[in-house]
Amino acid sequence: MLEIKGLTAEVDGKPILKGVDLIVPQGEVHAIMGPNGSGKSTLAYVLSGRDGYEVTGGTALLHGQDLLAMEPEERAAAGVFLAFQYPVELPGVGNATFLRTALNAIRRAKGESEFDAMQFLKLARERMKALSMNDEMLKRGVNVGFSGGEKKRNEILQMALLQPKLAILDETDSGLDIDALKIVADGVNAMRGPDFSALVITHYQRLLDYIVPDRVHVLMGGRIVRSGGPELAKELEAQGYGAIQAAA
Amino acid sequence: MPAVTETIETVQAVTDSTYKWGFETDIEMEFAPKGLSEDIVRFISAKKEEPAWLLEWRLRAFAAWQKMEEPRWPSVKYPPIDYQDAYYYAAPKQKVGPKSLDEVDPELLRTYAKLGIPLREQAILAGVEGAGESPAEGRMPIAIDAVFDSVSVATTFKDRLAKDGIIFCPISEAVKTHPELVRKYLGSVVPQGDNFFAALNSAVFTDGSFVYIPKGVRCPMELSTYFRINAKSTGQFERTLVIADAGSHVSYLEGCTAPMRDENQLHAAVVELVAMDDATIKYSTVQNWYPGDAEGKGGIYNFVTKRGACRGARSKISWTQVETGSAITWKYPSCILQGEDSVGEFYSVAITNNYQQADTGTKMFHIGPRTKSTIISKGISAGHGQNTYRGLVRIGAKATGARNFTQCDSLLIGDLCGAHTVPYIENRCMTAKVEHEATTSRIAEDQLFYCRQRGLSQEDAVGLIVNGFCREVLKELPMEFAVEAQKLLQISLEGSVG
Ligand SMILES: Nc1ncnc2c1ncn2[C@@H]1O[C@H](COP(=O)(O)OP(=O)(O)O)[C@@H](O)[C@H]1O
Ligand SMILES: [Mg+2]
Repeated sequence: MLEIKGLTAEVDGKPILKGVDLIVPQGEVHAIMGPNGSGKSTLAYVLSGRDGYEVTGGTALLHGQDLLAMEPEERAAAGVFLAFQYPVELPGVGNATFLRTALNAIRRAKGESEFDAMQFLKLARERMKALSMNDEMLKRGVNVGFSGGEKKRNEILQMALLQPKLAILDETDSGLDIDALKIVADGVNAMRGPDFSALVITHYQRLLDYIVPDRVHVLMGGRIVRSGGPELAKELEAQGYGAIQAAA
Repeated sequence: MPAVTETIETVQAVTDSTYKWGFETDIEMEFAPKGLSEDIVRFISAKKEEPAWLLEWRLRAFAAWQKMEEPRWPSVKYPPIDYQDAYYYAAPKQKVGPKSLDEVDPELLRTYAKLGIPLREQAILAGVEGAGESPAEGRMPIAIDAVFDSVSVATTFKDRLAKDGIIFCPISEAVKTHPELVRKYLGSVVPQGDNFFAALNSAVFTDGSFVYIPKGVRCPMELSTYFRINAKSTGQFERTLVIADAGSHVSYLEGCTAPMRDENQLHAAVVELVAMDDATIKYSTVQNWYPGDAEGKGGIYNFVTKRGACRGARSKISWTQVETGSAITWKYPSCILQGEDSVGEFYSVAITNNYQQADTGTKMFHIGPRTKSTIISKGISAGHGQNTYRGLVRIGAKATGARNFTQCDSLLIGDLCGAHTVPYIENRCMTAKVEHEATTSRIAEDQLFYCRQRGLSQEDAVGLIVNGFCREVLKELPMEFAVEAQKLLQISLEGSVG
């Protein structure tokens, strides 16, 4: 379970999160919606521990563990996974090398045995097949020369390999065509289960037709201003954020 | 791919002291008196039981050296070297020229075992058989010449190589067994008076490897020399000569380490390569001399002259170097592209951390028509490290249709280090084409965060990104060395971030 209470954070001295309260019970998928610049990515970075995103108050616990006290890699080992809005290129670093290094780092932190090259390839091919990905992608540099859709699918592949407890998907749907969107959604849906929860950050209702959330929250001006069931996303789609702002 | 994981494991194993090769072997040594004079040159020559021509050759070099001045143009700073305050000959006391490995002092065998250098042929062969299930990853045996301070203490697989007519032995032995070859080629690529350090080396060189590959022979295994400086206040002046006769092929590796000491020790080597028609020499170096401590105290001064002559048509010389060690590195492995259609390559990774300084690069002399050269240089600076790429591409009037491509990339880690690129291009041929590209970059915060979000520690992330930056060079290394080199890169950068 993820429990966020009164979370405030600033970037470059400018307050962005102004008291976020949010509970995602174990096994649930929640969507976070909100207009551009409302702090959605900031929330994702604060939860994953990026430098420069300074927490000024509040708490964030994952299964009772204090996330905010941990280094980014410790949070990853504790099961936090962030699918980046803009996945980063690592020139010269083979995608397979990167994925295996990451997988083994996390397995090691959990006290599990590491995967050798053969074991890893077998697992990676399996997961890629499930995501309708070509394993040629393993040979390329991490995200180098990937199309926007390939980058996003690569994020989902990493999630499928690392098996996180909490996945934060930051606008993974933006820039995807409908087929790619379905692949991404299938990837997330396949992970759903009692040990997995997710925060799906999105702009559009479209993704939520494929990943049906347990709850929808609206983040505006650094706060959760409204929460509801899946129907809230449809309402937003129809009426826009302006109506909510007026009501809030 | 497995290398990266191994890198990480290695770094985790190396916790307190990062330079794990810094131990000293306690063994009885024989020294020449301290200092440098004509008498010392005679002493060394006598110790090696050299013929008169070689002594004269040395003395000419010594006379030239006395008239020369230490070069001041490299972008490196160090206090004046007192050439009289060093030993020029240091050798473990043992029977001269052990006939077999069984005669080698066990203390020396232990030293090399500790360094991870196998001097037991059987042990390596067993490894080959054991690797049966995945032949692609099977370990090739490597023939090794082990040079300890001033002398070669063991050479492996000599007999196996002799079956193909390959000569692989200490140069001091080649002087006796193949004087005509040594006399013909020694100094033919790097003349005695070439430069200050080459002249010094020519006067006092003590040992190094000699390789001759006969016509049409493809050397069946990697040849390797492992240099170890052990004795205090001692310079190491090795001399390596590799001759690849027409149509032959050889891959040669060079590795080196030294104990951790407060003093600076001088290593001034000369390497000469000769490639005849259609011959290929691949020369790889993983330079891991002690770099000095985090405050810049101690470390090796690595002032080295390496040059290859592509004498024959379609010959090829390829230098690959990974320079992680030394307090100061001054070296420019070069190619004289004389034969038509000959090819010169230079692939380099140079890393400077803490107070290390490196001024390194290459020279490509295009003389023959349609000669081709490729230069890929990757400089990484961290801490207070200073890294200079200095390169010369000279295209002569007769080198019609010659081509050069140069790419120099610098990676900076932190704000206190420096990277400099000094490319000289001299083109006297209208039909030649010279291309130069250069970039300078930093490890971006978003790259580090991306890796850490996936579970990698800061240092593993830096190691991974740096290895990626160097990939084009590392892939040129023979497999066994590539793994070693990746580990070294990461260890060299420990403590550079965060
Ligand atoms: N690295 C940064 N430096 C300066 N301002 C930032 C940075 N990241 C985000 N911000 C600011 O924080 C606010 C929230 O941004 P963000 O979290 O990216 O919003 P969203 O993801 O909801 O579009 C915006 O006003 C944005 O300009
Ligand atoms: Mg965003």
